[in-house]
This record gives sequence, structure tokens and C-alpha cells, in this order.
Amino acid sequence: MKLTLKIWRQKNATSKGAFMTYKMDDVAPEMSFLEMLDALNKKLVEGSNEPVAFDHDCREGICGSCGMYINGHPHGPVPAVTTCLLSMRYFKDGDTVWIEPWRAKPFPVIKDLIVDRSAFDKIQSAGGFISINTGAAPEANSIVVPRKDSDNAFDSAVCIGCGACVAACKNASAMLFVSAKISQFALLPQGRVEAKERVRAMVDKMDELGFGNCSNTGACEAECPKQIKITNIARLNREFYKAF
Amino acid sequence: MYKVLFSSISKKFVMALAGLFLILFLPVHLIINFMLLKNDPGPFNKAAHFMATFPIVKIIEILLIGAILVHVFYGIFLQIQNWLARPVGYVSGSKSETSFFSKFMIWTGASVLTFLILHFFNFYFIKLGFVDGNPEDFYSVAHGLFKIPAYNYIYLVCFGILGFHLFHAFSSAFQTLGLNHRIWTPVVKVFAWIYAIAIPAGFAIISITLWQFR
Amino acid sequence: MGTLNSKIPDGPLSQKWTKYKASVKLVNPANKKKLEIIVIGTGLSGAGAASALGELGYSVKNFCYQDSPRRAHSVAAQGGINAAKNYQNDGDSIYRLFYDMIKGGDYRAREANVYRAAEVSNQVIDHYTALGVPFARDYGGTLDTRSFGGVQVSRTFYAKGQTGQQCLLGCYSSLNRQIKKGSVVMYPRREMLDLVIIDGKARGIIARNLITGEIERHSAHAVVLATGGYGTIYYMSTLAVNSNASAAWKAHKKGAFFANPSFLQIHPTCVPQLNQFQSKLTLMSESLRNDGRIWVPKVKGDKRPSNSIPEDERDYYLERRYPAFGNLVPRDVASRAAKERCDAGYGVGETGLAVNLDFRDSIKKQGKKAIENKYGNLFDMYKTITGIDPYEEPMMIYPAGHYTMGGLWVNYELMTTVKGLYAIGESNFSDHGANRLGASSLMQAAGDGYFILPNTISNYLADEIRVAKISTDRPEFEETEKAATWRLEKLISINGKQTASSFHKRLGKIMWDYCGMIRNEEGLKKALTLISDLKTEFWSDLKVTGTIKEMNPELEKAGRVADYIEFASLLVTDALERRESCGAHFREEFQTPDGEAQRNDEEFAYVAAWEYAGEDNPHILHKEELKFEEVEMKVRSYK
Repeated sequence: MKLTLKIWRQKNATSKGAFMTYKMDDVAPEMSFLEMLDALNKKLVEGSNEPVAFDHDCREGICGSCGMYINGHPHGPVPAVTTCLLSMRYFKDGDTVWIEPWRAKPFPVIKDLIVDRSAFDKIQSAGGFISINTGAAPEANSIVVPRKDSDNAFDSAVCIGCGACVAACKNASAMLFVSAKISQFALLPQGRVEAKERVRAMVDKMDELGFGNCSNTGACEAECPKQIKITNIARLNREFYKAF
Repeated sequence: MYKVLFSSISKKFVMALAGLFLILFLPVHLIINFMLLKNDPGPFNKAAHFMATFPIVKIIEILLIGAILVHVFYGIFLQIQNWLARPVGYVSGSKSETSFFSKFMIWTGASVLTFLILHFFNFYFIKLGFVDGNPEDFYSVAHGLFKIPAYNYIYLVCFGILGFHLFHAFSSAFQTLGLNHRIWTPVVKVFAWIYAIAIPAGFAIISITLWQFR
Repeated sequence: MGTLNSKIPDGPLSQKWTKYKASVKLVNPANKKKLEIIVIGTGLSGAGAASALGELGYSVKNFCYQDSPRRAHSVAAQGGINAAKNYQNDGDSIYRLFYDMIKGGDYRAREANVYRAAEVSNQVIDHYTALGVPFARDYGGTLDTRSFGGVQVSRTFYAKGQTGQQCLLGCYSSLNRQIKKGSVVMYPRREMLDLVIIDGKARGIIARNLITGEIERHSAHAVVLATGGYGTIYYMSTLAVNSNASAAWKAHKKGAFFANPSFLQIHPTCVPQLNQFQSKLTLMSESLRNDGRIWVPKVKGDKRPSNSIPEDERDYYLERRYPAFGNLVPRDVASRAAKERCDAGYGVGETGLAVNLDFRDSIKKQGKKAIENKYGNLFDMYKTITGIDPYEEPMMIYPAGHYTMGGLWVNYELMTTVKGLYAIGESNFSDHGANRLGASSLMQAAGDGYFILPNTISNYLADEIRVAKISTDRPEFEETEKAATWRLEKLISINGKQTASSFHKRLGKIMWDYCGMIRNEEGLKKALTLISDLKTEFWSDLKVTGTIKEMNPELEKAGRVADYIEFASLLVTDALERRESCGAHFREEFQTPDGEAQRNDEEFAYVAAWEYAGEDNPHILHKEELKFEEVEMKVRSYK
């Protein structure tokens, strides 16, 4: 099929970017979105043009590297997939595809479609851990955890840190991301010990980094490739109130 | 302390509490307004007098004004922060499936606020003595206003907008307060929809009745 | 250099590690802070080591090429992590886990290392649980396990099909705790270009900042490589597409011996290649073989839809050939069996290069809900990629390059042949012999990082406490940086016509065709010629756009492919040299009459450790004799 791509090109963090138009003539429906961009890049390099820079790694939807804003949706129009698993069979011949980087103040563009998501790492290192030294752990079965809690903790823990929630949110809020980590630890007895310090530290860091505020719009939940629920945000709020 | 008051979640918490308080006041106001439908100005004026003088109501009134100010102040503050969090927008817009009315809260809120200010000039400021008028006969003032077509248009539009505001506000407040439950959250959502339709509808009935049928 | 000393402690196998720990030299807490350690990689072994070393008080610098340590490819491991907890009361023990690994590795791993890996496995589970890793649990709240290929006990701990992700995020969280404390400084988006050696000891690295393109010098008292495997040498594999062997290869060229490079595991259950543009073969966890039955039609070239082929016309070939283990035979056996059926013309799908993995019977027996609980995310992923619903139709699977048992040669202390240079996790060779059993890679990586390296590294660092912070102005840094920069410039200056990826793709095809699941002398020799030709073509017709001093993914790729082309020759040479079949290394010339691998313990019970002898000289082979004191070398049978 034939596609027209409108891709945000920006040489580096300080330069001004612009949309560039590329025509693709032979996109196969079996391709993934990134393979389609691979094909574009091959063409660009062979013609001595700079290829489009984008983050990608595992290409199976688990590392969280990839992420682009495609036709009004983070990771494209198909729910619950990352860009790397987005199949081209969801596009039609003749479509125009707008491809933009994540847009948020705490996620500045580095190059083309690559943004700096280190803000997420900073939030994590503010308190997203359980303080236990290697070797100090008790026997694993000495603390039993109700299966329901453990399953719920898992559902929150599947976050891949791709940033789609921030990209989707009209306020560029990181609440879904933070709430997923807070929830995972809040639901496990191992995490309860430091629950108060953790939630305060992570929320403080999130605010400090310039993310917007949650207005319960729910775009994050709709776009999360791992289908993390905004009930996590309600839990984050509860945990936050409990911390005072 | 600053962090406690101004952290993103604290601000939202305050917004939600103030909002819920305002939401609760709406039916009280509506019940009193229904007395306008009587041909006798007595009950309405009596109620208005009671509201203006009864000590406990006085306290609630202060809280109410406080809630409005806080809700407005925090609302604007949060919105500015939200705008700053995304200096460059998307050319392809946002097509995410979301709670529709949540996207316009600042605008529906601002419209409601504008109406509120107008409303204050017509009634509340008279009571406070800021504006000339007879605070003992709001019945006539109201009936007078509802005879002006333009006033009715504004009134109806604003209550429609209030409805939009309430659609999101009600259940959103519960989410913000962390009051989330497998069974009760869907119930709250349904109730919120009913509420968001019923309250503005009630006010609208009064407006239309006095304007068209009296 | 030259002689290999594996430094295996004396004494009975089960006492070696305890004894070692009790007698190892230690570093005084006050001195630890002054000692700097560079860790390359943030996977289970790298992030584990960085956090454990940070906890001990060392000053750690941790590097990764990704934008965040949370993206290391350990994240993609699906099925589970083994431990000898014996929670199921099914006769498991440290010894049995050790034995299964030795046997599964076809007697080509070092006994002492494997026993130690089994020994620390229980601590790994304890630690992860304490870190908040949400492993699957039973209704009583205790940890659940499942069984995996190649073993007859249930010892695999799991978190749905995302065990690697959950374990990695556990590591990432402990790493973050150290970052907050300041004991670990994180350097993301950095690629190690070369190793700096001063007076025969690893003293630092040259790295490229992938955002600015700047070349950086980092010094330390010891360098730890936790850089993973080299499965992407096949171009398409189950690995992250940016995974590479460059750091290990550079270390090798600086004196670290490379061990058993040809031991490369082909994973039997992957989504097959569906189109020519494909960049990746996605793994479908081996755990699926617990409940899925593998079959092909009994009639050659039967192109009916799988669901309409009646039961008596299906050939459940693994159950037929290996009744004792059935669908749970080890990976190498399952992979070859699939290739055998497809080569014989029984394959399914359009290409005929696939076999069925069918859940019909399990769904019937256990219900859809139970299957969904165990494999929900894998089924969803399969459907997303292929558009086929595995609840309704069998999955189509085919083997793909997956894990590399080979790696840098290390002694018992995990130190390479370069003093002060360590290799942990998949980047070393030590624990899996010629074939890795499922769910033991997470176990080994985490064990190496959290529990083994932090204990062994002090034996070296104890003698380094008098060495002050190493200046990066030393001439050794200067020279290494110059050489690294020169190479990057050279890559750009070729200015030919073909992209790095297209070379990679061609290299992958050579490797897959001649050095994949089945190898023979003729093919391997042909591969050597083809690789050499490809190398010449690469250095005369490569096209790299952009410059060094900027973010330049094409340049990164070109550097990695250049290293792969060099490394490929060594890999093939090793395969050629090993004239036996063992584990994943299957030489056509050496098989039993019924097509099973035929080991030659007389001549090949050794670790092949290759020494780099310069650009134009052949590698030098060193042999580390494998002594089996505890187990008897047997024919590996799963029948």
C-alpha cells in the first residue's frame, strides 16, 4: 500500500524542528510500524539523507523504548500495543500518517522522535524501591501474600515506563506511571514498611519535574499499552492522604 | 508545609472537597427556587430571609464563598500548570477515548463563574448591601428578571454548561479523594449522570415556567 | 596470559563456595568507598551487581546503551526463574538442579560453577520476593512454581509470562535505591567503545555518549562486563535488536579469552518469519510447552487448516520420539526435531517453516480461564503479531536464535583472563555448557550479579586499596580513545552505498544457514569464506550518514556490525574445531543412527578458550579440561 508520512524532524535538542513529508510506495500489511520506518530509513541512508531517529529495542512490546505519537494516539490507533507491535494492517492504502514525538515539558526532544524520559528514572530513584540489602531477605515463603493482592500488584507492576500516559494526558501528567509503582508496593506486605516515605518522595519528585496535574480524564488508561487502570491513581491518592 | 498544601495531589484534594461542597449546595438552592413557582411571594421571601439571617446558615455561607474562591483559585492554578506542562502540542490532536467533559472543565468552570458573578450582582450583593435594591423581596426581583428573554437565554445556557461541568466533576471528585470501589464507583457514576441532568433541569424548569407561562 | 587457571577451590563440591567465601580476602568498609568499579550493562546481572556493590559501599559507575537501565533485555525473559526450593515436595534439591544443568548442558560446563549457581538460586528468590517482585502465588499465599523443559520437577518461579520484566524491575528498583544514595552513578545512553588496560589490569573504558556523540573516558579499579549475549549475530533472533557483542569483543581483543563461542541456543518456540522485512523473531515462552502439544500433519504437504486435520492424522512427534519427556524435552532437542520435520516437508503455514503448538486439549481439560491465567499475555502478544487467535487455532512456531552459552572465559571468581576485568550473566560462558535449560538464565544472571561477584571481586580489590583514583589523563586512555575515534571516523569515511543493517542481514543469513541449528564441515568452511568476503565488502561499501559528534544511530549500528563480522569468523572457527555434537552444537557428521547428538568426551570434554592474536593472525586455542568429579558423563537421553 501507499502511505504519506508526516514525520517530525529535529536535529537536536536546541534546534527548531519541522514536519517533513515522505512518500512510501510499498508498505506491506505484515510489517510492523517500526519495520515500515526501517524501510524508510534504508531508503534515506542509501540516498545520503539522515535517517529518522527513534528509540526502539526489544521489538516485542516489553522494554518500553519505542513510543511515538501516531495520528492522535500514543503508540497509534490500536489499543494495548506498543509502536513496535503495531501492525501496518491497521492502515489503509492512501492514508496520511502523522508521526510526532511525545510532547511534555519533562520529556524534551533529543532528536526527531527521540525524547528524554530520564524524568521517569528520577521519580523511581526518589522512592520506587524497597530498602533491602542483598543477603538480608527472609525466606521467600515466610511472608504469605493473598493471591488476590499479589495478582493486583502484578497488574500494576507490568508498566513498561514508555511514557504513553504522559504523552496522552492533556495535562502531561505522570500520575498513572507513578500510581502503578506505588500500587505495586502498596499491595504487598514487603512494600508497606516504607509506604509513607515512598509516596511522598515520588509525588514530590513528580511535581518538581514539571509534570501536569491529573484531571481524571482517563486518556492515560485508554492509551496505556499495558492496560494499567486509573484505579491505581485512586489508590495513589489514598496512599498520599495516608502519608500525612 | 508548602509541599503539603501545594503538591499536585493536595491541590486536587482541595479542589474535590470544595467542589463537592458546592455540589451539595445546589439542591438546597433549587428547593428554595421552586418556591418562586408559587403565586404567593411569602414562602420564598421567608426562606430567603431565613437563609440570610439564621446563624448556622451564616457559617455555611462563609464556607460556601470560601469554597468558591478556593475552587476557582486552585482550578486556575492547576490549569496554568497543566498548560505549562505541554509547551508544544500535537498537530494530529488527541483522539484518545476519554471522559469527554473533563477536557473543558476550565471553560465550563469559567462560564459558570461568569454567571455566578452576574447572579451575585442581582441578589447576593444586594443582600450584602454592595448594590442597591430591596433584600426583603427577592421574589419580585427574580420574577422581574425571568421576564427578560436575554436573561433567560443566558440562564439556560449557563445551567446547561453547569450540567457539563457536573458530568465530570461529580465522579472525578470521588476518584481524586481516592474513594474508588469495585461496586460503588459505577453506582456513583450513574448517580453523577442523573445529578448532572436533574439539577440543571430543575433550574431550567423554573426559568422556562416563569418566562413563558406566567 | 596463556595458561588458564580456573581457580576452583579444593574440597567437596558442596563445600567449595562456602569455603571460598570464608577464606576470601575482604576490603575494609572505609576503603570500599575509595574503590571505583565500572559495570557495563543494567540487566539482571549488571543492575544486580551494581546495586549489591553499591550496598557494600564501593563507588560504582553503571553504564547502559538504552535510555534507561529499566530497558535491558533481561526485561524480555518470559517463562520463569529456577530455584531449588523444593516447595512442591517433588524431590528437588540443590544437587538435582545442579545435575539437571550439567546434564542439560551436555557435560560441557564447569561443575563447580554450576553447583554454585544452583546453591545461590534460593537466595535469589528470597531477594526478589523481598524486593517486591510479584511472583505468582497459590491460594494459600505461598509462591507457586511450574515445570519447564528438560527437568522432571516443578521449580520454576514465574510472574505470568513476564518474569524477566518483573525480575529486572526488581533489580532496577534496588539500583535506584543506590542511585539515590549516591553509591551508584548511572550513565545511560553510553556505549562502551573500548577497554583501557594499564599495566596489564583493566582500569577503565572509553565510552561514547550516544546523545552528544562525545567520547568519554572513565576510570576504575575494576571493570565488570554484564553485556549479555550475541544472538543478534543471526540478525533476526529473539533478542532486542540493539543487543550486541561489541563490548565483549573489544575486551576479547584486549586479552580476554572467548570461550565456546559456537554454543548458541536456538529456541524452539518463536513466532516464525512472516515477511521479508521482519526485524525480529518474537519468543513464545517455553512454558507454553507445559500445556501446548506440538504436532505436524502426518501427511507430507498437508495444507488443510490445522483445525480440520483429524486427531489420527496428527503427528505429535516429540511425544512419539521422546515419550519420557514428551513436549518438555530440552530446547536444542525440540528445535532440531522441528527443523527435521520441516526439512522433511511436514511443516505448516505458507512457508512450511513452522510447526503447530496446540492448546486445544488443555483448554478442553482445564478451561479457557486457567489457560488465560497462565499465558494470557503470551496469547495476546501472539495474536497482536500474527492476527491469529491461539485460543481458537494452534500457534505456529519455529526455532530462532536465542541465548548464547558461550561468552568470555572466566575463572571461578568470574574474572576473565584480563586482571580486574569480570564478566557476569550471559556475557560469560560458565554455567550452561553446550545448552541452557529453560528459566536458568535469569537464575544465573541474578546469582552472578547479586551474590557471586560481590563476594569474589573483593579478593582482587583487597590488593588494590593502595591504588589511588586512576587519572584519565594517562597515556593508555589517550591512545585507546584515539584508536576508538579513528575507527568511528573510518566507518563514516567509507561512504559507500549499503547500510549497516543490510550487511547485518546478510551476515545473519550466512550464520543461520551454515552455523545455525545443524552444522557441517563443508558449510562452516564456506561460511568462513563468505564472512571474509563480506568483511571486505563492508569496509569498502558501507554507508553511514551524519557525524560522530551527534546522536547517530547509524554509526552505532555500523560499529556493532563491524564487530559482529569479525566475531563471526571466530564463532564459525570454534564450530569447525569442535568435531562432535553436543547440546546446541550439532554437527551433522557426528550423530547416532537415530539422529541424536553424538558427543565425543575423549577428545572434546574441554572448554575452548580462544585468544586473540592480532588482526591478521589466527586465534590461538586454549583448552580448559573439564573434570567431572561428582557426575558421570552419560549419553543425554530424554526418551
